Amino acid sequence: MLEKIAKKIEHGKQLTRKDALFLLSEAELLAVARLADNIRRKKHPDNRVTFVVDRNVNYTNVCESQCKFCAFYRTAEDGDAYLLDYQTIFAKVQELVEHDGTQLLMQGGLHPTLTIEWFEELFRQLKERFPRVQIHSLSPAEVIHVARLSGLSMKKCLQRLQVAGLDSVPGGGAEVLVDDVRREISPNKIGWKDWAAVMEQAHKLGMRTTATMMFGSKESPEDIVEHLFRVRNIQKKTGGFTAFIPWTFQPDNTELGGETASGVEYLKVLALSRIVLDNVENIQASWVTQGARMAQVALFFGANDLGGTMLEENVVAAAGCSFRMSKDEVIELARGAGFIPARRTTEYQVLEEY
Amino acid sequence: MSDLLKELRSKIDSGTRISEDDALALFESNDLLGIGELAALVNRNKNGDKVFFNVNRHINYTNVCVNRCAFCAFSKEEGEKGGYTLALKDIRTRAMEAADAGATEIHMVGGLHPDLPFEFYLEMLESIKQVRPQLHIKAFTAVEIDYFSEVAELSIERVVERLKQAGLDSLPGGGAEILGQQVRDRLCSEKISGDRWLEVTELVHGAGLRSNATMLFGHVEQYSDRVDHLRRLRELQDRTGGFQTFIPLAFQPENTRIQGATGVGGVDALKTLAISRLYLDNFQHVKAYWVMLGLKIAQVALAFGVDDLDGTVVEEQIGHDAGADSPQALSKQQIIGMIRKAGRIPVERDTLYNEIRTY
Repeated sequence: MLEKIAKKIEHGKQLTRKDALFLLSEAELLAVARLADNIRRKKHPDNRVTFVVDRNVNYTNVCESQCKFCAFYRTAEDGDAYLLDYQTIFAKVQELVEHDGTQLLMQGGLHPTLTIEWFEELFRQLKERFPRVQIHSLSPAEVIHVARLSGLSMKKCLQRLQVAGLDSVPGGGAEVLVDDVRREISPNKIGWKDWAAVMEQAHKLGMRTTATMMFGSKESPEDIVEHLFRVRNIQKKTGGFTAFIPWTFQPDNTELGGETASGVEYLKVLALSRIVLDNVENIQASWVTQGARMAQVALFFGANDLGGTMLEENVVAAAGCSFRMSKDEVIELARGAGFIPARRTTEYQVLEEY
Repeated sequence: MSDLLKELRSKIDSGTRISEDDALALFESNDLLGIGELAALVNRNKNGDKVFFNVNRHINYTNVCVNRCAFCAFSKEEGEKGGYTLALKDIRTRAMEAADAGATEIHMVGGLHPDLPFEFYLEMLESIKQVRPQLHIKAFTAVEIDYFSEVAELSIERVVERLKQAGLDSLPGGGAEILGQQVRDRLCSEKISGDRWLEVTELVHGAGLRSNATMLFGHVEQYSDRVDHLRRLRELQDRTGGFQTFIPLAFQPENTRIQGATGVGGVDALKTLAISRLYLDNFQHVKAYWVMLGLKIAQVALAFGVDDLDGTVVEEQIGHDAGADSPQALSKQQIIGMIRKAGRIPVERDTLYNEIRTY
């Protein structure tokens, strides 16, 4: 079976779900890694490992979705509920710029009263003050929520946000793109088709996006495979995804609780992502959930990118997982594995090699 | 596959030993997967799909130490705040608790205490055996054995004999650090030399006791120092056959006095384990010590030639004082789960690798 799959990959033929399931559930870790690494080296023969200098700003933790895997959300009544004002956000972005940052990843809860005007004004003012910072913000769930609160169609909402300054959309909130799983872990969040619809619309409007997957909670191996094929199919239609980012559920302080995925499971899913998503250029390693040692190893399991340096990160940290890395550490990590570290933009243009 | 790996593959197939030059070339190579594949093959031939663990408890009987090794965050001087020495009754209580919780082994090491008489160590062993005779006592590094011989003014042979009579069953592999003297001068200049470590270990094996061997890596040493370390161990093992397991220990830089060390990267950790598996053809086992590697890398290491995950350690102090962020203890169920999720067969063993139960 493994040889058959290897042949298919060699001849550029698409794998079936059954092939993918075999790789995930039965094949040996290093055999899957080898297939993924070959693809990664073919796609990125420059031997680079890229990263972006960015900051996560979580404008609010008030969220109506209240997903069971999340340790970050609060209700509006909670004592530690917050909504950042513009000045606070500007100060954070100013700090980002002082660190050579180029990407602002702004995400928040599904706030009960923030309508599109709040975001439009914010984006306009951000663009005025920081014209060189890419606004890479609002996941599909937020876009749909803001549209609904504002009485707009999703398309109109995205268009207006884009005009105001939204440059690209991060791929969060994908969790697992299978509604049976979503009903269990995030019953109030949009279904997989809505997630896909926002991404396709963003792509049509000329905005690039990423796609993520959060695994290690309640899904089956079949669900993981389905997720990858759904992302692959969207990409086939639009070509708008720049990168795929699998990461693992972090159980501390969440309603779901339980354990996180093991190291072997993470690397296998990562490698499988590289193999199945032959039409997505970049695969990110998640040092935020895996730690620096695993992220370095991940560079041999299909990953060619280390994501952001994240001057600030709150969501994963709330779930008891608080790895931090400086830009220098990210550079050293890539170099230590024999790669050329390179700082990039959100859209993967290389700015500087180290 | 690179030429180097092809050549090594044919050496492995024909049972030819890997040379020091080969090992050095592997350390300098970035072909992590290729090295891992070879090491996995060698391990499979030796140990099949089995992954061993044991249920043990660490007792660090004192942290007061006359040596001031630069890499150590555990030791204290006598009279220094935070210094401690466990009373015999505490050691007994811990041993009883451990045995009653299913432990088969006590792993006991400590600092080189300036005042404790040799009889103290004998009494420690005797009192554990008195209350729980079934426990295997794996205790004292070659460094401690050498120190006891000085304290007691007895030969190494005589010290080992007395300890054995008192209940010592085998020795752990600590204190080896890097055996080369130039590195030791910077790392632990007051500690016994690498040659002495090997000499004492040879005498221990000669007395019929098994031991392990460690290597502390990722501080000031070069790859060539690691290869030299492995060579000395392989040579001694050729003579005595007394080593059970090789355990590379990833250096933890926090709270130590090694300037500029950043800790061991994941790739280096896996490569070092895999190369050890390839080079040390006369060692049956290679252990990933999860306390220092972290659980995720330790599990991944099972695909890189490792066949042992150490114990479900209770109350580890030394690695954690140096900033290890792994949990302090793992339950048996967790370790079994980790092994299963890596697609391997969990086997609980005793200290001497007799199989107790397959899960």
